[in-house]
Amino acid sequence: MTATVMDQDTAAIAATLREAKAKRARRAATLKHIFLVAASFVMIYPLLWMLASSLKPDNQIFGQLGLVPGEPQWENYVLGWNALPVSFTNFFWNSAVVTVLSVIGNVISCSFAAYAFARLEFNGKTLWFALMMMTLMVPYHVVLIPQYLLFLQLGWVDTYLPLVVPRFLASDAFFIFLMIQFFRQLPRELDEAAMIDGCSPFKIYWAIILPLSIPAMATAAIFSFIWTWEDFLGPLVYLNDIKDYTVPLALRMFLSQDSVSEYGQMFAMSVLSILPIILFFVVFQRLIIRGIAMSGMK
Amino acid sequence: MASVTLSSVVKAYGNVPVIHGIDLAVNSGEFLVLVGPSGCGKSTLLRMIAGLEEINDGTIAIGERIVNDLPASQRNLSMVFQSYALYPHMSVRKNLAFGLTNLRMPKDEISRRVTEAARILQIEPLMERKPRQLSGGQKQRVAIGRAIVREPQLFLFDEPLSNLDAELRVQMRVELAGLYQRLGTTMIYVTHDQTEAMTMATRIVVLNKGVVEQVGTPYELYNFPCNRFVATFIGSPKMNMLEATTADGAAEIAGIGKLKLPTGIPAKGPVSIGIRPEQIAIGDGGDLAIPGKVSLVEYLGSEIFVYVQLASGERLLVQAPGDARIRNGEPITLSISGHQAHYFDANGQRIGPKGKRQG
Repeated sequence: MTATVMDQDTAAIAATLREAKAKRARRAATLKHIFLVAASFVMIYPLLWMLASSLKPDNQIFGQLGLVPGEPQWENYVLGWNALPVSFTNFFWNSAVVTVLSVIGNVISCSFAAYAFARLEFNGKTLWFALMMMTLMVPYHVVLIPQYLLFLQLGWVDTYLPLVVPRFLASDAFFIFLMIQFFRQLPRELDEAAMIDGCSPFKIYWAIILPLSIPAMATAAIFSFIWTWEDFLGPLVYLNDIKDYTVPLALRMFLSQDSVSEYGQMFAMSVLSILPIILFFVVFQRLIIRGIAMSGMK
Repeated sequence: MASVTLSSVVKAYGNVPVIHGIDLAVNSGEFLVLVGPSGCGKSTLLRMIAGLEEINDGTIAIGERIVNDLPASQRNLSMVFQSYALYPHMSVRKNLAFGLTNLRMPKDEISRRVTEAARILQIEPLMERKPRQLSGGQKQRVAIGRAIVREPQLFLFDEPLSNLDAELRVQMRVELAGLYQRLGTTMIYVTHDQTEAMTMATRIVVLNKGVVEQVGTPYELYNFPCNRFVATFIGSPKMNMLEATTADGAAEIAGIGKLKLPTGIPAKGPVSIGIRPEQIAIGDGGDLAIPGKVSLVEYLGSEIFVYVQLASGERLLVQAPGDARIRNGEPITLSISGHQAHYFDANGQRIGPKGKRQG
């Protein structure tokens, strides 16, 4: 009899505790979500403002901070596309060419360099690695002029070569470092098993390391795409003919110093300019799947 | 099948030598097991034979051919790794066929060998699965399958069962022994597990600090250990050691008593007397009775391990039948026989018969 009463008491206490815990969890979750939504809004506000501004008439863009345009000005997109002496079709094509080649170049060349640093033995490996890492600390602006002079000597100014060729020469230490760290996580026994299976170092890279490094490659590709697509300084220095301009340079042309700027059209084109980045990210982020590489091991 | 001959093989990492001039002959068709404590160089030695580690001095020959400068893929051997090292992005079938494809073997032959290996290892239903969809035991089978499809002249195993649970390990051990009997190929097997070594090997090599301590059959190593290290390393639970001084055909064990030396033990001066736990009897009856007190009893079902504290301060481990009624704290008398003991001189070297008789 006593045992039954005790059981009832215990059950009631447990239920009260459960309820109190659930209440606390609900309250904490609500507060967390309010904070996160607020923080997200602060982060995303500039983007929303740009989107709203692309649909506003010029005189309302800086006059009000509201995000809802009175009457959407869809013609900003149509007029903006052809507002400059050269159509945006051309600028998007130019950007696409430079960006796609840069992404390919970066992924191939940086993964080669990373494989060498991560897996192969050669003289001065530590020194070369240190030198490569030091290049991360040198700002782009420091090497801009010497690089320009070099490319001028080569006759590459006014072409895409200065923007693309270095990408095929493993010039981006950040991507190399990223891939080295990833390759180092791959078990060496895989290389050794492949060696016994008759693979050369290149075959090991191609048949074993590369397929297992898709997440690292996708990460490098995404960053490479974003940074190249939105690069302003490089094209500004090396491209002089408007027909060769990339999208960021074209957007800059909307800001006129001696006449009225067409801000609505500029924001409309800005909105369009970020669409490829979003699209590329959505497609490639799926490849960033972790945990495959270790699944053949213990 | 091929023999393997190591002559004065030396390996050092920088200035740190790890293998100190090993000479070893592995007979064709032999199942040789390398055992030793962690860091003794057994895996390094195996990797040197495989061609995954360069050697600093000496020669390694597989069959008649010296393979020092031959890459791993041209040594006609297969290796099974501790971690299995299956290619995670390939199906089981592709894992098995990968090495053969690299050899540019005709597709029909690849298919025949892969099917045959799958049949032997009973992994036919798993052929289209990726390694992540396999259990530990299945991965191990695939790893062995990848080794046998090449039909090599030499198999190397680097602690292949270490990552399996106890039950599966026993099962795979039996299967590996069966595979060896079936294929008859030379196998070199690294393990730190004595049971694996004792049950599978035709001969065992005991390594310690980069040198070979003893090479012999499991019977020889257990019954005629050539030195103290081998005596205490081989056998579980390990051999008891008592320090003594010999004079006039008897060994005086300090604080315990005098043990008459059997004939054929020409001991002089200090000796170590080794007695295996199962060779110590409980009660009187041996050549020397030793009184003590039970400090711990470990019950294992079929047997018990009794730790006995002696008045001299030493502790002996005794193996007794599982139904022996012995309790912690009670006094006990043990007895040992001189002819069952092992004797080692001051340098740790065996004194007495180094026979090779088989049980």
